[in-house]
Amino acid sequence: MASSKKAIKISQKHLLGIQDLSINDINVILEESKTFITLNKSKNKKIDILRGKTQINLFFEPSTRTQSSFELAGKRLGADVMSMNITNSAIKKGETLIDTAMTLNAMHPDIIVIRHQDSGACNLLSQKVNCAVLNAGDGRREHPTQALLDALTIIDRKKKIQGLRIAICGDILHSRVARSNIYLLNMLGAEVNIVAPSNLMPKDIDKLGVNKFTDMKKGVKDCDIVMMLRLQNERMTSSFLSSNREYYEYYGLTPDKLSFAKEDALIMHPGPMNRGIEIDTKLADDINKSVIKEQVELGVAVRMACLKLFCE
Amino acid sequence: MKKKYFLNAHVIDPKNSIDELGGLIINENGKIEAVGKKVNKNNIPSREKFIDLSGKHIFPGLVDMRVFVGEPGLEYKENFRTLSNAALSGGVTSAITMPNTQPVIDNVSIVDFLKRRGRDKAKINIYPTATLTKNLEGKNMTEFGLLQGKGIVGFTDGVKTIQNSRLMSRIMRSAYDLGSLIIQHAEDYHLAENGTVNDGIIATKLGLQGITDLAEKVIIERDLSLLEDFNCRYHIAQISSSKSVEVIKHKKNDVDFSTGVSINNLSLNENDIGDFRTFLKLSPPLRTEEDRLSLIEAINKNLIDVIVSDHKPEDEESKRLTFTQAATGASGIETLLPLSLELFHNGSVKLYRIIELLTSNPAKILKINKGNLSIGNDADFCIVDVNKPWIVKKEKMISKSKNTCIENKKLQGKVLCTYINGNELFNLK
Repeated sequence: MASSKKAIKISQKHLLGIQDLSINDINVILEESKTFITLNKSKNKKIDILRGKTQINLFFEPSTRTQSSFELAGKRLGADVMSMNITNSAIKKGETLIDTAMTLNAMHPDIIVIRHQDSGACNLLSQKVNCAVLNAGDGRREHPTQALLDALTIIDRKKKIQGLRIAICGDILHSRVARSNIYLLNMLGAEVNIVAPSNLMPKDIDKLGVNKFTDMKKGVKDCDIVMMLRLQNERMTSSFLSSNREYYEYYGLTPDKLSFAKEDALIMHPGPMNRGIEIDTKLADDINKSVIKEQVELGVAVRMACLKLFCE
Repeated sequence: MKKKYFLNAHVIDPKNSIDELGGLIINENGKIEAVGKKVNKNNIPSREKFIDLSGKHIFPGLVDMRVFVGEPGLEYKENFRTLSNAALSGGVTSAITMPNTQPVIDNVSIVDFLKRRGRDKAKINIYPTATLTKNLEGKNMTEFGLLQGKGIVGFTDGVKTIQNSRLMSRIMRSAYDLGSLIIQHAEDYHLAENGTVNDGIIATKLGLQGITDLAEKVIIERDLSLLEDFNCRYHIAQISSSKSVEVIKHKKNDVDFSTGVSINNLSLNENDIGDFRTFLKLSPPLRTEEDRLSLIEAINKNLIDVIVSDHKPEDEESKRLTFTQAATGASGIETLLPLSLELFHNGSVKLYRIIELLTSNPAKILKINKGNLSIGNDADFCIVDVNKPWIVKKEKMISKSKNTCIENKKLQGKVLCTYINGNELFNLK
């Protein structure tokens, strides 16, 4: 597809969620990402296709990897990148998201990358600004670039997604990563298993076309990929679980539970990890099984592709 | 005032079991002198001018049992004058106002103030409710007896629910002693915590915290159980789900109570929220289509007694936020009747039944002599073209707050004129 060198456009103006993308959009992004994997490994990592463009990173929630990944991606493409420090901004003084958006819009950015604790915040922002809006995670709704980088990692290792059986395990209720991955992996033809205790299982999730499991061993059985999610304790306002110890016993990824998956199954995690709670620390670092570092690496490539495609 | 004669209308007055072609005569004092089929061209003085209402309907002025007004404290959202104009344009002549104001309506002196403001500024009849508990804290009950003496028609914490079961039982006991009407907004706080939409596939897709229908059900079950022992006048403000309908069906024969429903829950479902439309953030939340249909069935099976607008004006700023942050509620007093007529046009509910739920039933529950066309009563009524098509437009709304949840909806049926005490206070022209 990329070999045809045809400029293929994305059907959407903004990247708000995987739900809005067509299969063609996804293929365009993934193909474009592949070209940046090579660039990111070379000595001179900087090109200038976004020279003169302004990218604003608007992070209302703390983030290490996503924010730095977007920042690096923009810089490697030659854009002027500004990361707003929310703790010092007018938002702390009571400014609403829409007013912040209007203010930033007046500075004529070409792209705004937003992470917000409220689902739909990026949708609201996109209605009020002229530039492209890239969602870097909104509440529990979507985290599209994470799903895209996960897909790219899987393709890189397994050469395909069609026909794979993939288990997504853990705190599904609070996870935007899970939702974006469900949409994306379903579209790309994988069979998706969801594994979570009932308290962390969103209502009617099976209507999204996934298999539901509360027993992790059954859920990961014969899977090609086991994707673990972080237990989002900061979003839990009341008792969802008895203890981390019990959670690890039933839902933590251990060699024993992993043995139910296929022998060549890969372990993924969007990070940051709670070692010893959702994943055995040795498994997380097992270079033969874990692709967690690769996910981070390819994340930059995917974000470069998204910045390029949505800036055009 | 001159006598007024209205002829050839279709008159519906459920209180007096009237559903017929006929007319209405208003005497010099603004009272109803005659009504129904007996009023026709042959038995009015031939020299008198009359208004021909062929093809039009006459309904008693609507009694809206759940209305939020911004006075005192939130006048920028709605005041008595703007509320009156909005209400009149929708045929509503009596509004039961919620006590969730600033300060809240929880003591005798604030009721005095409210009655005076209402009398001076409102063109419609205002029937205020007071809170069940002081400062809406859910701890100490208010002075039901003294407040009733000042003209309070019912007690409710409005958007809040009595969570403490022991307190609820005591409230019921006091209400029994004093003959007070208790109106409960049924929502278990723990089950509904942080919720913004119905718990289901829409909540999952939008990534929003859901409100399970159990939150409503458990409070209704608890209250109806308590009611078996402490039988006071008790009204469930609004129900939204088929689970609640089931509970009501089972309890209807054991205890006396009444039930309301918002026109929003009868007309919309959770899918209408679409792409985070904050104007559809409501309490109780919009639920599934199955729930909506079960509510309509409940109306037809006499399990629901009242339709309310749940008129909750919110300024633009409170709604131009993320869904989680946005205020709850929709402005709807002026669209209550036209939107209810949709249920008639699509064959869901008979017109007579709709009018009953909007006029005589709420009046009966509240024990007020309104919502009827009885001879000798104040001539509060509206003239309606039930077929007139129109489109709801935010900018054309009369209420001070424009947060309608049915923007751009095509409706059929519009109020042409509204009368209070025989005076025409609204005319569409």
